[in-house]
Amino acid sequence: MSVGTEPEHKGAPLEAHHQTHEHRHPSDKEYFVVFGVLGVLTAIEVSTYYFHDLSTGVLVAWLFPLMILKFGIVCAFFMHLRYDNPLFRRIFVFGLVLAVIVYCVALTAMEFWASGYGNPIGP
Amino acid sequence: MAIVERPTAPLELTTGATTTARPMGGFTRPQSTSGWKSWLTTVDHKRIGVMYGGAAMFFFFIGGVEALFIRLQLAAPEQKLYSADLYNQLFTMHGVTMIFLVVIPLGACFMNYLMPLQIGARDVAFPRLNAFSFWCFLGGGLMLNTSWFLGGGANGGWFAYAPNTGVAFSPGHGMDFYAIGLQITGIASLVGAINLVVTVLNMRAPGMTLMKMPVFTWMGFVTQLLLVFAMPVISVALFLLTFDRLFDANFFKVSQGADPLLWEHLFWIFGHPEVYILILPAFGVVSEIIPVFSRKPIFGYPFMVFSGIAIGFMGWGVWAHHMFASGLGPLSVAAFSMSTMFIAVPTGVKILNWLATMWGGKLRFTTPMLFAIGLVAMFTIGGLSGVTHAVAPADTQQTDTYYIVAHFHYVIFGGALMGFIGGLYFWWPKVFGWLLSDKMGKWHFWTLLVGFNLTFGPMHILGLQGMPRRMHTYAKGYGFDFWNMVATIGAFVIAVSMTIFAANVLLSWRKHRRHPVAVGPDPWDARSLEWMTASPVPAHNYDEVPTVSHLDEFWTRKYGEDATGKVVRLHTSEEVAQKGDATDVHLPSPSYWPLVAALALPIVGYGMIFNLGLAAVGGVLLVAAIYGWAYEPADDPEAHHAHLVHGNGESGDGHGDGDTGDGDGAGSGPEPAAVGAPSGSGESEEEGSSDD
Amino acid sequence: MTDTAVTPAELSQDPAQHPKGVPSHATSTGISNEKLAMWVFLGSDCLLFGGLISTYLLLRHRTVAGPTPKEVFDIPFTSVSSFVLLFSSLTMALAVAAIHRGDIRRCRTFLVTTALLGGTFIAGQVYEFTTFVKEDHLGYTTNIFGSAFYTLTGFHGVHVSVGIIMLLSLFVMSIRGRLGPEKAETVEILGLYWHFVDIVWILIFTIVYLIP
Repeated sequence: MSVGTEPEHKGAPLEAHHQTHEHRHPSDKEYFVVFGVLGVLTAIEVSTYYFHDLSTGVLVAWLFPLMILKFGIVCAFFMHLRYDNPLFRRIFVFGLVLAVIVYCVALTAMEFWASGYGNPIGP
Repeated sequence: MAIVERPTAPLELTTGATTTARPMGGFTRPQSTSGWKSWLTTVDHKRIGVMYGGAAMFFFFIGGVEALFIRLQLAAPEQKLYSADLYNQLFTMHGVTMIFLVVIPLGACFMNYLMPLQIGARDVAFPRLNAFSFWCFLGGGLMLNTSWFLGGGANGGWFAYAPNTGVAFSPGHGMDFYAIGLQITGIASLVGAINLVVTVLNMRAPGMTLMKMPVFTWMGFVTQLLLVFAMPVISVALFLLTFDRLFDANFFKVSQGADPLLWEHLFWIFGHPEVYILILPAFGVVSEIIPVFSRKPIFGYPFMVFSGIAIGFMGWGVWAHHMFASGLGPLSVAAFSMSTMFIAVPTGVKILNWLATMWGGKLRFTTPMLFAIGLVAMFTIGGLSGVTHAVAPADTQQTDTYYIVAHFHYVIFGGALMGFIGGLYFWWPKVFGWLLSDKMGKWHFWTLLVGFNLTFGPMHILGLQGMPRRMHTYAKGYGFDFWNMVATIGAFVIAVSMTIFAANVLLSWRKHRRHPVAVGPDPWDARSLEWMTASPVPAHNYDEVPTVSHLDEFWTRKYGEDATGKVVRLHTSEEVAQKGDATDVHLPSPSYWPLVAALALPIVGYGMIFNLGLAAVGGVLLVAAIYGWAYEPADDPEAHHAHLVHGNGESGDGHGDGDTGDGDGAGSGPEPAAVGAPSGSGESEEEGSSDD
Repeated sequence: MTDTAVTPAELSQDPAQHPKGVPSHATSTGISNEKLAMWVFLGSDCLLFGGLISTYLLLRHRTVAGPTPKEVFDIPFTSVSSFVLLFSSLTMALAVAAIHRGDIRRCRTFLVTTALLGGTFIAGQVYEFTTFVKEDHLGYTTNIFGSAFYTLTGFHGVHVSVGIIMLLSLFVMSIRGRLGPEKAETVEILGLYWHFVDIVWILIFTIVYLIP
């Protein structure tokens, strides 16, 4: 909702803005590099499958940063959020952060993180 | 930009290309701009707004009759006018109708009509999607109400707590209609919200910065953002319920390990922002009315705006106060209790700002002003009883009693609806070009105020005495008899009051037909842009898009200050206002496809309940409509010579090339799949998945 | 709040700024309505998938009978599917880049490649579901895990399918010569949608499959 507060916008001629964002799209080569990184990250993720005795805590600590990294890379490069108008980023991040906060609060209120939650008969 | 003014001849492209090629087959766009058929295909945000209002009043009648039935049953103890089950259906359908089919669409009516006007736009960003939203809402609402004839209405309460609303406890199709009908109206709200968010961000007139937008548009903008993010949550909940009921899934089956709190959380995560979705547009309406009839600018405009934004944010953090009695645990209860008390602050800021606006103003107690003051007073009462719910121990006592019923009627009826009725009186001359009778309007207001307080005031007492809500009757000797009778009398006073309103509309219209009196562009000496064009507003809104330099732009064009700082009139309204007679403005062409696409959704809905084959037919119709929509020619070349004010490439609706300023959208060939593709995707996904 | 409003008139005063065929955006923010609408929709869709994922997380271990996640998942197979979808994001990005350069042929190739990769992913999902039902006896109604799992992945699958249909529509348009460089933004908007579907799968793959 802080739309329009962006300092870059202030008085900047829109044409110039438009032109620059067209030019700043990554090249095909960069896309391949990005994809290579994503592939490696995925491989690291999948490798956890072959360690059979990892606890959930370790898995979360290992996989969540990778997941967030992959998520961010796709948004930043493939979806051009890094180059495009900041308004897009703001709207999307607003929805994303709202979803994460609201649902995490809901899960907390339902005592999801408490041990023994999975047992339907009760803790 | 959907619409670009083109002073030059419409058919000539700078490239010299002709526009007569009719690409992609034989689709044409409808032509008529008058007659009932034109309403079916219209993409004019004003007509769509009027239809929202008309449909909402129709549903208001239905919901009101249901309310009267409820009050008849409760007028005296131990009455058995209807079975407990029918009573359940009555109060459920009353609640669902009033919230989803009356107050939300009344808000949509004002927001559709006024937001483009107040920001100086010619239409919304996506005119066809706007029409789709309306037809979708109407189809969903009608479908929901046909349940009365197809086995009985929904009977699980308007918030439909699962597992109580599962097949085991709510057999019959009532809750299926609830889940699917609301899903369809939800799609309408979501699509409409995306549309208006884009409109406000992108379609403002030159100079119209965000902080020069009228408070109504700001509140509408916050409302639309709330809708954008809240509708998917209710969608999830309704999908889960639908799948449980129709496909025997296990989401709410406790025997299968389900957690009954899941529905409550999902519903109220949506449900609390929803409360602000209902009230914020009404706040916006009174924020327009009060300054006009106080002859003062709104007090503390930035505070008005930011308190609205604050409400929008904080509305996401209070939902569990609806669930204090469900055993959340002390930490959750304490946290949500606190946040609920905090959200009273920005609301209080608004109340104080309205009072400060009136303070020292030259008050004119016209009908709209009375309703606006009515909102301020009644909403304050409702807000105060709301604060008592924030205190969790007290709330545990109040939950599921008539005290709660009293509270939310004070905020939704006394708040939102009062404001909207005031808005109807206020903008009626702008929309229709004739005034409603002020005398009858005052009768309407005072009878409504008395009836309203007679009906819902006693419910505070009943609730504190311990009368539970949703009981279809009560025994003698609990002390409930007297106040229930008062409430029933009050309900009929409200009915009389609304009859006065209907009579006012009818008689004022007849009077206008016999002795037409031009109201002029500005009957109230108002402040914002929409009063700067003719009444009724011409199809193209503004002859020339105004350049804005002030908040209250229209006012500052009429008034200035003399050497002593005294406000003096510089120009009459007629001098400042536009004539509304421009003939060279290009408007988006009407279209059949929004109606067809929206029509497909209830067919899918009925099909899911009764026969999956029918759902498939609906699905095919939907896909066909989306393709028809996407490949619809941007314009009908035949139309150009016939009309002066006519359709142009509806660029805003489908693609980005109509705004190039060189090639008119008309020449740019077919509408690509852009429309059907990205914009239509929201609907088709949700629809497709329900087919699964 | 600053002034971002620009008049259409201002923009069109200088036609030299707007070479023909390149869509300019005479909007208050300088960005096109369609793209903005798509981003608002994607922001909204975050809450849809957030709700579904939360529901799945809450319910998956509450089953009283029938197969559990650990018993049914075939991680190597799903890893390949995930990789296919990730690859389709690359081809989609390349399609967008191609049409921005005006290279319609290359764009067309990548569009159809993306659609095929998406189709492969959906085929894999169908195969996976069939295996679950036939070999593991995990139907939609078997237990609460089944309901939650099929609903979440099904919603994602429907999103992918809708994306495929839109990709193929654009492909057909390009064959018929209706997809010129002026439609670059249409492809880009579809690309946004497609990448979003991909990032949702990144979440699902980790949360649902890898952390049982």
